[in-house]
Amino acid sequence: MGKDTAFKEREFSAVGTRPLRPDGIDKVTGRARYGADFNMPGQLHGCILRSPHAHASIKNIDTSKAEKLKGVKAVVTRKDFKAKDVDPSLLTVLDNCMAGKTAFYDGHAVAAVAAIDARTAKKALQLIKVEYKVLKHVTDVDEAVKPKAPLINKKCFTKGVDPVPAKASNIAAVSEFGHGDVEQGFSEADIIIERNYKTGQAHQGYIEPHACVASYSPDGSADMWVCTQGHFDFRAQCAGILGMDASKLRVTSSEIGGGFGGKTHLWIEPVTLALSRKANRPVKLVMTRDEVFRASGPASATSIDIKMGVTKDGTITAAHAELRYASGAYEGGWAKLGAMTAFACYDLKNVKTIGYEVLVNRPKTAAYRAPSAPMAAFAVESMMDELAEQVGIKPIDFRLKHVAKEGTRSSYGPVYGPIGIGPTLEAAKNHPHMKAKLKANQSRGMACGFWFNFGGQSCSDLNIEPDGSATITVGTIDVGGARASLALVVAEELGIPYQQVKAVIADTGSLGHNDMTHGSRGTFASSLSAIDSCRQAIQELCKRAAILWDIDPEDIAWEKGEAHAIGKSKGNLPPLSLVNLAQSAEKTGGPISGHSQIVADGAGVSFATHICDVEVDQETGQTKIARYTVIQDAGKAVHPTYVEGQFQGGAAQGIGWALNEEYIYGEDGRLQNPGFLDYRIPVCSDLPMIDTQILEIPNPNHPYGVRGVGETSIVPPLAAVGNAVSAAIGVRMTQVPMSPPRILAALDAAESQ
Amino acid sequence: MEYLAPDKTADAVKILAKAKGNAHVLAGGSDLLVRMKTGFIEPDLIVDIKRIKPMQEIKKTASGFSIGAAVSCATLGDHKPLRKAWPGLVEAANLIGSDQIQGRCTIAGNLCNASPAADSIPALIAANAVAVVKGPKGTRRVPVEKIVTAPGKTSLKRGEIVESIHLPKRTAKMADAYLRFTPRTEMDIAVVSIAVNLTLGAKGVITDARVALGAVAKTAILVPAATKLLKGNKLDEATLDALAAACRAACKPIDDKRGTVQFRTQVAGTLAKRAALKAYTRAGGKV
Repeated sequence: MGKDTAFKEREFSAVGTRPLRPDGIDKVTGRARYGADFNMPGQLHGCILRSPHAHASIKNIDTSKAEKLKGVKAVVTRKDFKAKDVDPSLLTVLDNCMAGKTAFYDGHAVAAVAAIDARTAKKALQLIKVEYKVLKHVTDVDEAVKPKAPLINKKCFTKGVDPVPAKASNIAAVSEFGHGDVEQGFSEADIIIERNYKTGQAHQGYIEPHACVASYSPDGSADMWVCTQGHFDFRAQCAGILGMDASKLRVTSSEIGGGFGGKTHLWIEPVTLALSRKANRPVKLVMTRDEVFRASGPASATSIDIKMGVTKDGTITAAHAELRYASGAYEGGWAKLGAMTAFACYDLKNVKTIGYEVLVNRPKTAAYRAPSAPMAAFAVESMMDELAEQVGIKPIDFRLKHVAKEGTRSSYGPVYGPIGIGPTLEAAKNHPHMKAKLKANQSRGMACGFWFNFGGQSCSDLNIEPDGSATITVGTIDVGGARASLALVVAEELGIPYQQVKAVIADTGSLGHNDMTHGSRGTFASSLSAIDSCRQAIQELCKRAAILWDIDPEDIAWEKGEAHAIGKSKGNLPPLSLVNLAQSAEKTGGPISGHSQIVADGAGVSFATHICDVEVDQETGQTKIARYTVIQDAGKAVHPTYVEGQFQGGAAQGIGWALNEEYIYGEDGRLQNPGFLDYRIPVCSDLPMIDTQILEIPNPNHPYGVRGVGETSIVPPLAAVGNAVSAAIGVRMTQVPMSPPRILAALDAAESQ
Repeated sequence: MEYLAPDKTADAVKILAKAKGNAHVLAGGSDLLVRMKTGFIEPDLIVDIKRIKPMQEIKKTASGFSIGAAVSCATLGDHKPLRKAWPGLVEAANLIGSDQIQGRCTIAGNLCNASPAADSIPALIAANAVAVVKGPKGTRRVPVEKIVTAPGKTSLKRGEIVESIHLPKRTAKMADAYLRFTPRTEMDIAVVSIAVNLTLGAKGVITDARVALGAVAKTAILVPAATKLLKGNKLDEATLDALAAACRAACKPIDDKRGTVQFRTQVAGTLAKRAALKAYTRAGGKV
């Protein structure tokens, strides 16, 4: 990127402290504006008619009665999205937001209404007559790959195999990773274990449902207010679907009540825009919880066949995994990510992973915090425990024996730089938790996890305000405390107090493109850009001081928020503060600012090790998490409290996934539990206080050493809990969620053997 | 939709008796409002009973306790004499939903909502509770187990409402207990539940017992076999095993998203033992 982003050892003054977040008071008092809190004069109520069938051809949609209902201002179906307008690369995105000839899952949108109020809109939905021809469906990932499974897409010819198959199937793509010779490796093994692991379909469970307000003007421009993880990407995709120039659409992001990847994809937004365009009025559309579960994007359900070989002295000779990831009815890259991350923690001589993207009649899979990695880690980390037991080595020592290091060729290709998996394992080994004695009814498990972390495009403005404070404006939205972190970074660079910095998220009309908040890139990439903006502004500030002092800018140093003259003859001039410089700006060249646009490269990979103690009630199958510790490499923790919060949040979500969370489908292919009563995310009393330990192994590609921290924490819990539960009941649990009925059934099966 | 809030039971009965279309009684609203919000029902008339004063009272009488139909479950939890006399019923009421829900919901509402998984119904059945029902034809006193007839269905006739629930008088050697199984610690719904109500005689011998199960049949059910085998016995291991077997035998559950037939049946027995021990100890029995 042509800027100096190399890590330099330094003493921090602001970074690493724990001030209150600037958005905190608004959020706890209800002042903050979330997606559903935006309103426009004359706004209509939008709602969506959804398929009750898991798989059906749409023969006809008669909207005439709904259109005639008093108060209805627009009815939209797929016909309202002209094929010639739609960017071909976005066709499947559109098809998921509004079905074409086929409804692919229970909850698939088939029509939408905008009316003067909710009652009228709902009534209108009932007046829309959809003629379906119900087709055979398949919701299970293993059933879907069988030769006689109902075919979801007749044009689905598996990609990634040579030659391309002549027959269509539900396997959309195959990807392969690894190195060495696994067959040779297995022939060298003394012990080989083969198992199948399954994980249920989990939803991100964000508390705020999707919501947006769209206002389309007759002049062809439009505004949108929306809860999203990436308003620039939403702009590009909505424009691409509606046939607009992206510049004509301005998108403003709201505060976000949780996203975890689920708000990186479009669901209702193009439909809301189309309604507004047709009605010529602003339209607001808010999903119900039922709709969020049925028709937004949960993570993949998976089935993973894994085989590993080990010698008697405990050396892994080969590792092989075939990973089937359900992606909904549209091709995704989810199995690929699973295949890449599965063995990333370890230094293996012979390793091979094959990912299968499997089409099923379920909602389109979306990103969920380190997407695809937790399921693969569940299989691999469960196997690591079993192999360790077979060769009589402690699970932690067995992992340390095979741990990836700087210079290791990763299972997915690249050679690692300085990484944190070894240090997290060493820290776990020495952690008081690992040494603590277990109570009689308790068992312990552990597991490791990996996530890539992303970088990407960022753009920021740093403005020096007339009162001498600084405003940093970025376009990557704040999901987990980015504004606090960026304010700390700016305070650090400019040498001013944190309270003197304001961080703002710009709309798409106010800043260049910023990639969305995903891949744990928010603080890493935005801070790189912010540091660059600050350094530009400091150069400008020094120039202005030079004008005021009439000396050479080279003779000025910026220290602790002030310009200091360091030239031989000028050394005794009193320093100029930000306020001095801001107030004299009109005389020295106008407002003072810095600007930066970058492609942030070198996001450092991230690793974690988790330790989990459980108590399992062997008569009811209920698991209580007694103690839980997260140890993770943060590179540099800019705001340690929010880093810890990320560690805890990921662990909490992973524990929920491990124990209870799961999409349950009936024989009819309909989702049985589209609500928080029967889709059980943990409540506070289900969890202990989750202990954290931050390791700081600097990322060489960031001036402060920052790495992304948001996602890795959800990778180990499935296996950490699984290993603890398996130890507690003496039976290897191979399926999550490990719900009470599954644990009792496993105990019964073991007893009857 | 019409909303009415009379201040006399007789007025509420009159309004409901002549109502046309879909009429619903609103007490706490913790079920009704949710069902309205999700579009499951669209009432034409809602009769709010919270303004009716007698329905807001817990009365201790010579024959026991009378709990008004609009008394919140949180209020039950704050009522010391009731907690002492009926700890099992109060713990059932205080397991419903969350703290916020308990501030609104009522046991009469829980009964009339007629869910097979309702927490307070097994406890009410085990307690031998009687619903005082007011209707156009006067007052009926109905044992609670006769109120619910099927999921979401009650034996209440047009215009009838439950005004209060009556609980019998207690002595020191009587106690009840309620246990339920939920995957989560709270804000959940019973997968299996059980209430045990015991009366002890000399030397810890059980002289009377009522056991009721929830979430294992179309309605909460009384287990007469349990009464029979507990009576005349102490709570030794053999009795506990027999109780577990009787409760398992009484289960007629279904496989659904919340649990399997096998799981519900097995756990019903486990909870029976645990709840019986709890009630027994509360009644002064030693094990």
